[in-house]
Amino acid sequence: MSQIALKAGFDDSVHDSQRVFRALLDAMSRPGRIVTPSPPPELPAALHPATAAVCLALLDFETPLWLAGPDIAETRAWLAFHAGCPFVATPEQAAFALVTDVAALPALGDFALGSDEMPERSTTLLLQVGRLVAGQGQRLSGPGIDGTAWLDVDGVTASFWTERAAACALFPRGLDVIFTAGPALAALPRTTQVED
Amino acid sequence: MYVAVKGGEQAIDASLEQLARERRGDASVPELSVAQIKQQMRLAVDRVMCEGSLYDPDLAALAIKQARGDLFEAVFLLRAYRTTLPRFGVTLPLDTAAMTTRRRISATYKDIPGGQILGPSFDYSHRLLDFALMDEGAPGLAPERADETRGESAPLPRVTDILGQEGLIEGDGDLDGQAPGDLTREPLRFPASRDLRLQNLARGDEGFLLAMAYSTQRGYGRNHPFAGEIRMGDIAIVIEPEELGFAVEIGDVTVTECQMITQFKGSADKPPQFTRGYGLTFGYCERKAMAMALCDRALRAKELGEDITAPAQDEEFVLAHSDSVEASGFVQHLKLPHYIDFQSELLSVRDMRAKAMARANAKEAADDAA
Amino acid sequence: MTQLDEGSGPAEVGVAGYNFAYLDEQTKRMIRRTILKAVAIPGYQVAFGSREMPLAYGWGTGGMQITAAIVGADDTLKVIDQGADDTTNAVSIRRFFNRTAGVAMTERTVDASVIQTRHRIPETPLRDDQILVYQVPMPEPLRYLEPRETETQKMHALSEYGVMHVKLYEDIARHGRITTSYDYPVLVNGRYVMAPSPIPKFDNPKMDRMPALQLFGAGREKRIYAVPPYTPVKSLDFEDHPFSIDRQPHSCGLCGSNESFLDEIVTDDAGGRLYVCSDTDYCRERREAGDVMNRSAAE
Repeated sequence: MSQIALKAGFDDSVHDSQRVFRALLDAMSRPGRIVTPSPPPELPAALHPATAAVCLALLDFETPLWLAGPDIAETRAWLAFHAGCPFVATPEQAAFALVTDVAALPALGDFALGSDEMPERSTTLLLQVGRLVAGQGQRLSGPGIDGTAWLDVDGVTASFWTERAAACALFPRGLDVIFTAGPALAALPRTTQVED
Repeated sequence: MYVAVKGGEQAIDASLEQLARERRGDASVPELSVAQIKQQMRLAVDRVMCEGSLYDPDLAALAIKQARGDLFEAVFLLRAYRTTLPRFGVTLPLDTAAMTTRRRISATYKDIPGGQILGPSFDYSHRLLDFALMDEGAPGLAPERADETRGESAPLPRVTDILGQEGLIEGDGDLDGQAPGDLTREPLRFPASRDLRLQNLARGDEGFLLAMAYSTQRGYGRNHPFAGEIRMGDIAIVIEPEELGFAVEIGDVTVTECQMITQFKGSADKPPQFTRGYGLTFGYCERKAMAMALCDRALRAKELGEDITAPAQDEEFVLAHSDSVEASGFVQHLKLPHYIDFQSELLSVRDMRAKAMARANAKEAADDAA
Repeated sequence: MTQLDEGSGPAEVGVAGYNFAYLDEQTKRMIRRTILKAVAIPGYQVAFGSREMPLAYGWGTGGMQITAAIVGADDTLKVIDQGADDTTNAVSIRRFFNRTAGVAMTERTVDASVIQTRHRIPETPLRDDQILVYQVPMPEPLRYLEPRETETQKMHALSEYGVMHVKLYEDIARHGRITTSYDYPVLVNGRYVMAPSPIPKFDNPKMDRMPALQLFGAGREKRIYAVPPYTPVKSLDFEDHPFSIDRQPHSCGLCGSNESFLDEIVTDDAGGRLYVCSDTDYCRERREAGDVMNRSAAE
């Protein structure tokens, strides 16, 4: 195995993780809101700063991860060292799926969607996209939103939205998605209704 | 004018100070040392380690001292400490046949290979208060004889293995390649697998398990048990770190194991054979190990196709109520203020009474008019 | 071998040998992941690996685990029990976080970023940038109707809430009203029946479309659930018997409020009663504002 120079994790794992988590909680509680969690000082080339921050804050030996995208060896080694998460071979086994490039995204129905009795046993999808802009784009409504909100996710295809709608129509089963673009992060829990 | 009661802070401080004084008791009596508790209150230490699910005799003794001898409280202290400890690894399964055996008895055979070892037991003591112990200066015990051994270090076969050779008893449970669960990290879900049930019982309150086990003997889920074997002794703890690739002994623990042998009449896909109930505890907790084994067997009713008719066979009932830390906390939380809820109930009862009175008055008026 | 927990080391503030906010980092991550799922499935009780806390089960361990997992150095924490900041258990929990996390504490609702509560929702409306953490003794609203977890789990999965409606309707038939006066069940976002924790039903309407995130922790029962901001929360009722709250026919003896939930104080053994706000911060704020008004009037 080739030696990969490992890049550092958080400077202060206790407080950095807490701040990242709160930003993420804010995003998940208020779909369409864009937050910018503080990233670690160094990160693998394939990861956006917001992605790296979320990975360090949430992943550990209890979270099987499915990783997809180009040039993931460095990411994999970095996550293995800093988070210690086990890597799984198929999306449906994953507690978290990290897809660093939309082109590598499988059909959303391939992820675990939970069961009616235990809907929490679903994959949380971490998806790196081109750009996130609030206040324009798709119209969002549902829990966490005062009336309506708008979010523009640059880089995902129309079929993504159709598949997401199909997965979320199975509520309480469904898929929760965390989008990252550079330093920015937004989340769409399964309850958010998305319209063009 | 009314002023709301303030000063929770001072009240708590004062209470803690009183607690510390009461714990110490009369200062003219020498203070109890942790070492004394560990040596001379060893069965209390063992119980606290077992239910606290942390094998550390010094900390268990400290907990007993701090808890003024309240073992529930000591278990709680140890659990709250345990929860903050990092987990470094998982040991290999204990091989109880290889223990240094200090006690080993079987009720199912007169003699067994390796023999019966009575060991340190209350069983044949006459429960007469020994007034000689009142006197701390009493002459000590005779020194141990040079030829006296503390336990049999040669491996002793398990009685269940002897039965197993004839195919008369079912095999030991197996996990079908699954790693055993850990309910200190994942919440217990129902139906629970046997590994998790056993973990729950091992942490469970001895008194609760004893009562449950007793109820099966009195007909509430009877399963005709025999104490196949009870053994107590010391056993090496072995880990095999991935980075080393070989096994390393990291210490010894004392455990008590009980294998209950129970009747099973057979089912469509299984021939008649004996079945097992299993109990294992940290330390010398023989009563607990036996009760645990009976409860384990009772909880296997569904798996063995038996009717579930008794509380001890009902896994949700047994497993959800076995934990003394949970039970003690929730029962005692009734001490906390509930005056908001009580006020809501007062409003509700006053309203219902007013309505009932109004109805009664209306009826009376109607009756008078008639 | 399982993965080693990272040595996050003891916090600069806090108790020697213990991590910031007591819980180790792995436990916090597990709770944080649970909270995110809870937010994504409003009103659904997510099972989590609840840990033993150094306070007894039933005394707020679920709320404390949530608070410990979310709270940070930038937060200001308020802890109330029965609406009051100075009840002994509120004091005790505040001391715990003061010792282990050293976060700023306040008694003022408006200054708090995280509020941990037992049995009340503050009278002062909460904002979008606040989080309300409830301590929950029995998270399962169907438990008293069906003791088995395996059954209630199915009932939630299938939205089979008939037993709950039957129970409430039997109340009406027998007593002319629904007798549940606290921990009054609610329907969250039209899907899950949820226990709001033992708050008086007086507080139920405050949960509906609340701008603050509401998190619920049940330590002993090992469940976390959530109501995201602006989520519909409807108290269960019937068309011919709509949900209503019991108005106390009194006003606060200290601040004069006739909007707030009142404690009934027994002042003597001859039937003397005084009613005062259970929310001590709300009452004090009103009195302080009143003082100002009185002074300006005098000038």
